[in-house]
Amino acid sequence: MTQPTIDLPDAEQLLSRLAEQLKPVINGETALVGIHSGGVWMTERLLPMLGKDIAHGKLDVSFYRDDFGQRGLHQDTLPSQIPFDVEGRHIILIDDVFYTGRTIRAAMNELFDYGRPASISLAVLVNRGGRELPITPQFCAHNMQLPADRNLQLMQDKAGRFYLTLEESQDV
Amino acid sequence: MYNPQLTDDGKLKHLLSIEGLPKSIITQILDTAESFVGVAEREVKKVPLLRGKTVCNIFFENSTRTRTTFEIAAKRLSADVINLNVSTSSQSKGETILDTVDNLTAMHADMFVIRHSQSGAAHFIARHVKPHIHVINAGDGRHAHPTQALLDVFTIRRYKPEMHNLRVALVGDVLHSRVARSEIHALTTLGVPEVRVIAPKTLLPEHVEKLGVHVYHDMAAGLKDVDVVMMLRLQNERMTGALLPSAQEYFKTFGLTQEKLALAKPDAIVTHPGPMNRGIEIDSSVADGRQSVILPQVTYGIAVRMAVMSILAGNN
Repeated sequence: MTQPTIDLPDAEQLLSRLAEQLKPVINGETALVGIHSGGVWMTERLLPMLGKDIAHGKLDVSFYRDDFGQRGLHQDTLPSQIPFDVEGRHIILIDDVFYTGRTIRAAMNELFDYGRPASISLAVLVNRGGRELPITPQFCAHNMQLPADRNLQLMQDKAGRFYLTLEESQDV
Repeated sequence: MYNPQLTDDGKLKHLLSIEGLPKSIITQILDTAESFVGVAEREVKKVPLLRGKTVCNIFFENSTRTRTTFEIAAKRLSADVINLNVSTSSQSKGETILDTVDNLTAMHADMFVIRHSQSGAAHFIARHVKPHIHVINAGDGRHAHPTQALLDVFTIRRYKPEMHNLRVALVGDVLHSRVARSEIHALTTLGVPEVRVIAPKTLLPEHVEKLGVHVYHDMAAGLKDVDVVMMLRLQNERMTGALLPSAQEYFKTFGLTQEKLALAKPDAIVTHPGPMNRGIEIDSSVADGRQSVILPQVTYGIAVRMAVMSILAGNN
């Protein structure tokens, strides 16, 4: 039986839309923090669109994940880098796809180990539905409902252009 | 071939020796440690990975630095830590070790860090423990000290990332050193093309060249153009019989001084596993000099041990 095909939006257009949403809220106290790996790519692309002098960093939330007990440590752990003082900052977390909210919970826990931010908000390209925690993105370029057995991911081609892929999930 | 360190699907279950570890696991440990280096520089130097787990440091032989760094590593991973200094008794050692381990298992310990003067002690315990328990060898007799070797190669990789271009010399008491064997394995596994050992004949094990190293008995020849000088401690407490004429004589011939270090590459780094015998295997001006990375080694040792513990704890 063939699965019904799901139309995916153009990730480059979503990025521009997200940048437009973010522009009005950026000020001197803002910092962008990308979550590995899609969120880090997005942050690199968003910076020139929003103003190069914005403080920014990256997080790998492997050490804060709530599924460590089931899955163990992720194979490719990358260092988190927060090269600015978190204290009093208005931080915008950047991620590609918002799903259960567990990654964002882990990211918030990690951020607080660097200091006490004034606020944290969340910007994503796609909210795919299915959240399991009281967390939701404040900035979102696209909403869609995907079944739990599908894995939506942001990819980058050789020229650095973004596109989305949808695959059958390994773990349901 | 059965490898007691790995699970059936090839993941790290115990860390007993570097021998038998595939390059992918060594690299995974070093890469993970890289992420933990940053944790120590934050306001809160802790991550929640091992929350609710209990780590038992069982030291049948004293080693303050190794025990302390394992303790800090476990605490920074949010584990509960129990330290036991068990002095070796005259009783049958096998029974004593297993009784100790069984009692701690009954208290729901999740991980054992074992230091013992007998080679093979950690293997012995790893074979005995229940399947959910992980064992780390923190030094067994003359056999192995894998986390020390890992922190040494981690330090080298941080300063000299191009491992496949390096010339590394190990200097000193290779015969009694459990670190030397582990280091040689780690370096060759990571693709270091030339590993040298420099020592008097009396401090080299027989057939040492079978480990793939080049043997030198002369500092001037051995240190020429090396990128890394790894000093070994003169193991006074393991020394039996007259292997050396005197400490002064040893320093004159094999002690690392500024003059001898000048034969290595100008940007060569100097490592030492500690504790140092200043004025015997290393001169103070070298130990405290600009090429020394001996204190960074201690700092990185915590990150490497955090990496090992968190990888093990996740592989159930």
